[in-house]
Amino acid sequence: MAVDHERPEIQPRPRDLRAHLNEFPWWLLIILSVIGYMVVRIIVDPIYRNIFNTILQGLSTTLYVTAVSFVFALVFGLFLGLGRVSTNVILRNLSITYIEFIRGVPMLVLIFTISYAVVPLLARTFGLPNNAISLTARAIIALVLIYGAYIAEVFRAGIEAIGRGQMEAGRSLGMSRWQTMLYVILPQATRNMLPALGNDLIALLKDTSLVSVLGVREITQVSRLSVSTSFRYEETYFILTLFYLSMTLILSLLLQWIQRRAKIKR
Amino acid sequence: MVATSADPMIRIENVSKFYGHFRALDQVSLDVQAGEVLMIVGPSGSGKSTLLRCINHLEVPDAGRIVVDGILVDNDEKHINAVRAEVGMVFQRFELFPHLTVIENICLAQQKVRRRSRAESQTIARTLLEKVGIPEQAQKYPEQLSGGQQQRVAIARALAMQPKIMLFDEPTSALDPEMIKEVLDVMLALAHEGMTMVVVSHEMGFARNAAHRVAFMDQGRIVEQGPPDKIFSTPQHDRTQLFLSRILH
Ligand SMILES: Nc1ncnc2c1ncn2[C@@H]1O[C@H](COP(=O)(O)OP(=O)(O)OP(=O)(O)O)[C@@H](O)[C@H]1O
Ligand SMILES: [Mg+2]
Repeated sequence: MAVDHERPEIQPRPRDLRAHLNEFPWWLLIILSVIGYMVVRIIVDPIYRNIFNTILQGLSTTLYVTAVSFVFALVFGLFLGLGRVSTNVILRNLSITYIEFIRGVPMLVLIFTISYAVVPLLARTFGLPNNAISLTARAIIALVLIYGAYIAEVFRAGIEAIGRGQMEAGRSLGMSRWQTMLYVILPQATRNMLPALGNDLIALLKDTSLVSVLGVREITQVSRLSVSTSFRYEETYFILTLFYLSMTLILSLLLQWIQRRAKIKR
Repeated sequence: MVATSADPMIRIENVSKFYGHFRALDQVSLDVQAGEVLMIVGPSGSGKSTLLRCINHLEVPDAGRIVVDGILVDNDEKHINAVRAEVGMVFQRFELFPHLTVIENICLAQQKVRRRSRAESQTIARTLLEKVGIPEQAQKYPEQLSGGQQQRVAIARALAMQPKIMLFDEPTSALDPEMIKEVLDVMLALAHEGMTMVVVSHEMGFARNAAHRVAFMDQGRIVEQGPPDKIFSTPQHDRTQLFLSRILH
């Protein structure tokens, strides 16, 4: 290794105020101000507070549906993604068919189709009564089936981004395709996939609002029910918006923090 | 099939390989004896890597037969695994596992394939790191090492499987000149220990010091082969002469 002798160390020029102002996250400040304003409003205004408390009742369902769907979608997506890059023709084409199917249909339509057609059909084939599967469960099944396909594509891209040489190195050491996938390719791929997976988590959180059409009492459905009797459209939907905005903001800051840590810790 | 001492370590018989309609290997036949160091030289695209990669079944020949230490290299997964367990490979671009430390790189396949314990594989790894001259780098990640050090880790990783044969595909051509020697020294030591080696490289110094035989490839064929002095001083074929005049300037 070359060693540089006696070279004067060049310091980067101290950044001036302008540069600091330029890079300041103004957008975050604006969003936080909006959230802050709403929070104050909720605290001081009994009407706002009432509505806030009503919507709050749906929060646990929103978070529960998001978390459970995401975990199962990750597992399902991993297997679909592995099928997608498989050398087995049948496996690969089955996976591609499924993924293209899901990606070609609007999410709202899929939610209807899965909950009201696919699930009852499956229930019938297994001899279960039609109401054996709750609407929340159907919502989760629908989201898992839909997001599994999206996440499969994230896995595929992540796996394909790892050079062919890594697989060959593993194989040349006598490891099987699966062993190499598990111990060599996936650990590297997952690290690269963190940002994309984070985006999917945020998107999923937002898309849980769609399952309100099934009557699942998450925050959107609770808001709709509340509005139908109170007729306080403005207050209700502003507060509902606030809920989603705060949750996605917290999530994305959290994910950025995790990514930074993953980079440092490797 | 059981190998007798008279059988070659590697037997390649009439192997052809096509990429689409392009013939990358054209009925290549070649034997490598136990303990022999064979160097393969030839212009870019002549099929050197392809031939090497057929030996451990990273490429599947379209015709012909390859037998390694008495094991037929066909599509039978058992045979492939058995052969890969005996054949180590070193790549031009090292192909270390970047998410694992140096020692983990050397231990992974030992544990997953050879089923060695953690302690045992680490002991073997440390011995090998000593042997390739970088015992102090065990806990580092590949990206923290120089190219020469990375390639030596790659050699140690392959040796940890206790292979009978080592394949090298241009092991020094991705290295800065000042690091080539440290890698060649390790290879030289291996050759002197009697390892069977097939080396694709244009390092003439190594060929003179370590190779028992040099094979010249062109357009998917082995054009001529023989002892290094003979090939380098009195090549028989025009194409060998032309090629050598280019790389020996
Ligand atoms: N996967 C592939 N698909 C299509 N063609 C290929 C593939 N691999 C190799 N080839 C072609 O086969 C020929 C032989 O390739 P090979 O890599 O064996 O050459 P080489 O002698 O190792 O050359 P180099 O010195 O450049 O490494 C080349 O013309 C190459 O373009
Ligand atoms: Mg090559």
